[in-house]
Amino acid sequence: MAHQLTRFFAVLALSLGLVLTGMTAQAQVNPTASSVTEDSMFEALGTSDTVSGRVSIPNKTAGTLIKPDNKDWAAFQRGALPLIFVVALGGMLVLLAAFYLIKGRVRVEHGMSGRTIERFSAVERFAHWTLSSTFIILALSGLNLVIGRSVILPLVGEAAYGTLTAWGKLAHNFLAWPFMVALVLIVVFWVAHNIPNKLDLVWIKQGGGLFKKGMHPPAKKFNAGQKVIFWCVVGGGVALSFTGYMMLFPVQAGTPSDWQLYQTIHGLVAAGLTAIIIAHIYIGSVGMEGAFDAMASGQVDENWAREHHSLWVEEVKGRTDAPAAGRTHPAE
Amino acid sequence: MARMKFLCDADRCIECNACVTACKNEHEVPWGINRRRVVTLDDGLPGERSVSMACMHCTDAPCASVCPVSCFYTTDDAVVLHNKDTCIGCGYCSYACPFGAPQYPQTANFGTRGKMDKCTYCSGGPEPDMTQAEYVKYGSNRLAEGKLPLCAEMCSTKALLAGDGDIIAEIYRERVVTRGYGSGAWGWRTAYGETLTV
Ligand code: HEM
Ligand code: SF4
Ligand code: SF4
Repeated sequence: MAHQLTRFFAVLALSLGLVLTGMTAQAQVNPTASSVTEDSMFEALGTSDTVSGRVSIPNKTAGTLIKPDNKDWAAFQRGALPLIFVVALGGMLVLLAAFYLIKGRVRVEHGMSGRTIERFSAVERFAHWTLSSTFIILALSGLNLVIGRSVILPLVGEAAYGTLTAWGKLAHNFLAWPFMVALVLIVVFWVAHNIPNKLDLVWIKQGGGLFKKGMHPPAKKFNAGQKVIFWCVVGGGVALSFTGYMMLFPVQAGTPSDWQLYQTIHGLVAAGLTAIIIAHIYIGSVGMEGAFDAMASGQVDENWAREHHSLWVEEVKGRTDAPAAGRTHPAE
Repeated sequence: MARMKFLCDADRCIECNACVTACKNEHEVPWGINRRRVVTLDDGLPGERSVSMACMHCTDAPCASVCPVSCFYTTDDAVVLHNKDTCIGCGYCSYACPFGAPQYPQTANFGTRGKMDKCTYCSGGPEPDMTQAEYVKYGSNRLAEGKLPLCAEMCSTKALLAGDGDIIAEIYRERVVTRGYGSGAWGWRTAYGETLTV
């Protein structure tokens, strides 16, 4: 009886073994001759392009063995990106030069009145100049990373160019912070004046009055064109700040694929925003008579204000009149 | 001049990590950086293989093409090196490298992003050969002493081969023909645009 029982279990064990072998048959390959190969790895990956495995060192990202796609990013960084910068910035300069040559400076039509109104307070101007000065240095030091190698390096040599760029990187990394603070201030101060409304459609339809003499579409504190600039700066500034921040802390930001994504967005947004800001600088300085005062002294000529921000002038006048009217009531 | 390459025969590599350790020791590589590492593929499955990987010293190296300050150069032995004096630590080379070779040291602005470190094929840097200045920045210069990279030289199974590309390819071909199988020259197609055919 005991003998039979043993036989029964032996058969049971054997059949169980056979079943198990059957189940694993698919995974069973000759471990020597059918080893994993690079080709089969890439094939098995299908759309993904990364061969990775296990490492015993603490840096687990080192488990990525080969990622050929990184070469595509490299090709974009050295090929398309500098071209995009040159076209965006060069194109904008050509456009503005053409506008200046054909149309000339936008004059105050009725001449300067000599009376001024306060347009921007000292705090507003401080925020603006912090934002703009840091922006210019960030833009130049960034631009240097993209095209300096082809433009400046051949002129000054590797050592001098390396020193220059190292300073540029330091400036870029540290001035990013005041830039972000100023960006927040600008939003706090001006967002209420930059909500789009129906007037903006009229302004846009009339091309801002830029193309016709004597045409001055009504506008409040900021016209539609300025609102566009505002939202580009806010959107672009936030995008640059976020992607830049991620690049500053690569270990926390993720893997090289993440860095590539952040850096590409950073580069493209920088190209676009810099082109827009060049136009903004143009119209705020040489492009329009009387405009620069708004950010210099904060006081603008009344005639300039009436031509470009008619409704705002009325608002301000109304506001200064109102308390005076209030004071006519006798004290109680 | 030779065209130096690495070739890891994954059918021989036993994942002992001696190459990793030897490299760290030879060059006093800082904490947190591994110029060479061993990656195990299909871990625990039949056909599992380990590959020892470092900088492959690519043809038309992508790291060199993206460096904003253009501080990479290729030696007469086709070794890709970079100049740490010029490097600004932007990290773009590490974005571009298909093999994860250049790495951020943990000591600069905001804790990271200092001057990049990477495998030198045991051949130092732009400083005069075998000087202290060169050693401090890049580690030892075995090539200048007429020796091959230490990782490959001390590999107990001779899985990791270093030397002229044609010669090590020939050694590998012989092995594959003799034993009847081979998992291939890992990374060669990505690094050199052509793989090794047996
Ligand atoms: C506001 C926060 C910002 C942060 C944290 C930041 C950070 C960075 C970082 C970390 C890099 C990588 C290179 C390096 O280390 O220097 C970079 C590159 C760059 N930045 Fe910024 N940045 C900021 C704002 C800006 C602004 C306002 C501009 C101006 C338009 C700009 C333009 C660029 C450009 C053009 C590059 C080079 C991109 C490339 O090589 O493709 N950045 N930035
Ligand atoms: S393996 Fe990476 S670091 Fe080495 S040459 Fe190629 S791209 Fe450059
Ligand atoms: S980290 Fe240094 S070597 Fe690498 S791309 Fe930037 S400047 Fe060049």
